Amino acid sequence: MSKTTIKLKKGLNIPLKGEAEKILNTAERSGLYAIQPPDFHGIVPKMLVKEGENIKAGSPLFYDKNNEKIIFTSPVSGKFKEIIRGEKRRILEVRVKADQDDDYLDFGAADPKNLNHEDIMNKLLASGLWSTIRQRPYSVIANPDDKPKAIFVSAFDSAPLAPDFDFLIDGQEDEFQTGLDVLKKLTKGKVHLSINEKRTMRRALTHARNVEVHKFTGPHPSGNIGVQIHHIDPVNIGDIVWYVDFQNVIMLGRLFKNGIYDGRKIIALTGSEVKRPRYWRVIQGASVENLLKNNLSTEDSSSLRFISGNVLTGSKIYKEGFIGFYDSQVTVIPEGNKPEFMGWLLPKPSKYSATRTLFSWLMPWKKYRLDTNLNGGNRAFVLTGFYEKVLPMDILPMQLIKAIMINDIELMEKLGIYEVAPEDFALCEFICPSKTEMQSIIRDALDNIQKEFS
Amino acid sequence: MKAIKNIRDKIRPHFETGGRFSKFYRAWEAFDTFLFVPEKTTFKGSHIRDAIDLKRTMIYVIISLIPPLLVGIWNIGQQYYHAVGIDPTIQESFTLGLIRIIPLIIVSYAAGLATEFIFAVIHNKEVNEGFLVTGLLVVLILPPTMPLWMVAVANIFAVIVGKEIFGGTGMNVVNPALLSRSFILFGYPAYLSGEVYTYTEVQEGHQLVDGYSGATPLSLVAEGEMEAIPSDFNMFIGDMPGVIGETSFAAIMLGGLFLAITGVGSLRIMLSVFAGGIFMAGLFNVIALNEYMMIPIHKHLLLGAFAFGAVYMATDPVTSAQTGRGKYIYGFLIGVLIILIRVVNPGFPGGVMLAILLMNVFAPLIDHYVIQANIKRRMKRIKNNPVNVKENLNS
Repeated sequence: MSKTTIKLKKGLNIPLKGEAEKILNTAERSGLYAIQPPDFHGIVPKMLVKEGENIKAGSPLFYDKNNEKIIFTSPVSGKFKEIIRGEKRRILEVRVKADQDDDYLDFGAADPKNLNHEDIMNKLLASGLWSTIRQRPYSVIANPDDKPKAIFVSAFDSAPLAPDFDFLIDGQEDEFQTGLDVLKKLTKGKVHLSINEKRTMRRALTHARNVEVHKFTGPHPSGNIGVQIHHIDPVNIGDIVWYVDFQNVIMLGRLFKNGIYDGRKIIALTGSEVKRPRYWRVIQGASVENLLKNNLSTEDSSSLRFISGNVLTGSKIYKEGFIGFYDSQVTVIPEGNKPEFMGWLLPKPSKYSATRTLFSWLMPWKKYRLDTNLNGGNRAFVLTGFYEKVLPMDILPMQLIKAIMINDIELMEKLGIYEVAPEDFALCEFICPSKTEMQSIIRDALDNIQKEFS
Repeated sequence: MKAIKNIRDKIRPHFETGGRFSKFYRAWEAFDTFLFVPEKTTFKGSHIRDAIDLKRTMIYVIISLIPPLLVGIWNIGQQYYHAVGIDPTIQESFTLGLIRIIPLIIVSYAAGLATEFIFAVIHNKEVNEGFLVTGLLVVLILPPTMPLWMVAVANIFAVIVGKEIFGGTGMNVVNPALLSRSFILFGYPAYLSGEVYTYTEVQEGHQLVDGYSGATPLSLVAEGEMEAIPSDFNMFIGDMPGVIGETSFAAIMLGGLFLAITGVGSLRIMLSVFAGGIFMAGLFNVIALNEYMMIPIHKHLLLGAFAFGAVYMATDPVTSAQTGRGKYIYGFLIGVLIILIRVVNPGFPGGVMLAILLMNVFAPLIDHYVIQANIKRRMKRIKNNPVNVKENLNS
């Protein structure tokens, strides 16, 4: 374990209502499961199955046209039902009608310590779990041919209403350690595990083997992998590092311990509009329908926003929608689609601002029920000095965004574009008085650069 | 409130696409969003957003301008009654001030907002709130003797040349309010020379005191009349000739405190301007070649527009330095320049406007060096750790 704690001061914990109570429910099995290609940024899905075909848990569904080694598999057994397409015939959902019980494809159990690099790679690629491994720069699925300088795992999530990973790991400590052992085999460098000095208590995390453990303190986004990488071993021009989400490490562990793609995971159902915010055991790709039944503040779903993920970075889904591949959280908040008389002038106590322009800074104990209203119109950058306060990295946020706006790739590189992902700018976007869509600006820039250099 | 909403729902279709007045949608939108926070919701990125927006910020700047505005109104009357040798009540001074300032404010807003609306309609973009502040600032940095037509012309110039040719609020290089003032200074220098700053249209039954000039202390000091500096107390509360908003140190500090607490104005810049001013005035005290250089430091801060410039003008977020460190340098240099111009250049008794305009122009350069320092740190990391890079570039 590294001895010093990395203390981050910048950032912001948005005080929202609707934190999940530490009670674990098991969700009724959904009839439908879906893998959603938009979860995997940058891939071009090509189907491998035909409608009505019988599949097992772990059977391939589609692959990435850009990199045929990367396949995506079904988390449950059943019948491949249909593809849901969106604009420009883009594939949004690949739906599987699930059987009552899962029948798993066997990839062979084996201790990763006794396997060589190639065997491990083959198992990861064949099971479809390669898609759990992502890379910086670009924040996309890792290229199996790259050699990462290090691999990063965060053992805590600092996002608003995020699940407590100490709670999620309960009973799965061995699988988690096995997952880390797998990652160790994938790099000549180190595997870094970041924990929260105050909140991470589990020995399986604080004393994880085969990794270097780093302690962090500070508000969100201290749990963001990008922030952690920046402080542990930053991405320089030309570097590639990989990262894996916490629950996916456990899934990797299960793959090697039991030889199957066992897509069970736990999600926190959160948000002010959920009657009983709790933890739920689900299977990868499950629908949220069963979790939300009789569990919402109102039945009028047009006045609610359903989010797979957290309020800052999650994706908008519908009431019967599916949980995202990388998400460990579902949030429901009110829509803000009603006009408000003189709303910008009156400092209402129900409104929240991270700045001191409202009264919320005088009531640090208060929790808020925030809606999706934009709270203003889109403007050019006017105010300065706010963004830096919520980005705990040695990066000049506004200058980087401006470099992107003028499409100066060289300047973007110099200002650290490779170190960031959209999620790292989510808080900047949240507090922006000019309502600049920073996450999509960063995403577009990363896409452009990747295209330029491929 | 319901009634307003009903009227809104009735009128709205006329301005939307296909409506009779759809050309003027932007003008309608400006009024509409002024009355209602629109029902626009987030559709990508973060699903929730901070309650702060530019409207609120701009209104906060206006609130912070209320104390200097009120004292300024009172002082217009106060100086008039000094000129005619009468000891007025606060009410009398205030009433006279109001009579003079209301037309100024109306003309300022009307001219500026009209220009702003025309541009918004032509370019089909949202009307920016920036002018709500600029319109008031312009009045506060002019003497009460200013002819109304000149205020109108200066404002139109400020909106067009100061902002719109660069692309509107947020894109401008120099402070529009100061630009409008410099337009008057160079176009009609007599009005801003500091020699007739008191409103001296003598009313019936009043008579000017013998020898009363209405000149500002700074312009008198520039001519060597050191005894013209008012008492510290008068300068603190704002009882001296000057432009409308600048005279009261106390009122400006009150506004500055509000800006600093709410975070709308940069405390960093305010403090650095003062630090720069104190440094330069102190330096002159040490050199002490003439009487002007020997003016005590605190008097420099109370005199002229020093405080007003530091709190309201230097802190304009668009035209000031935008990096954290840059703000310190930018503010400090403004403070230094104000005192330098004031003491060394007899042509311009007040150096605040020119110092800030000059530093507005240099702000991007200051930022450039701060940004370069950030880039250097990043590049140094590669130098310290070259193995990784080579390996990756080869693979």
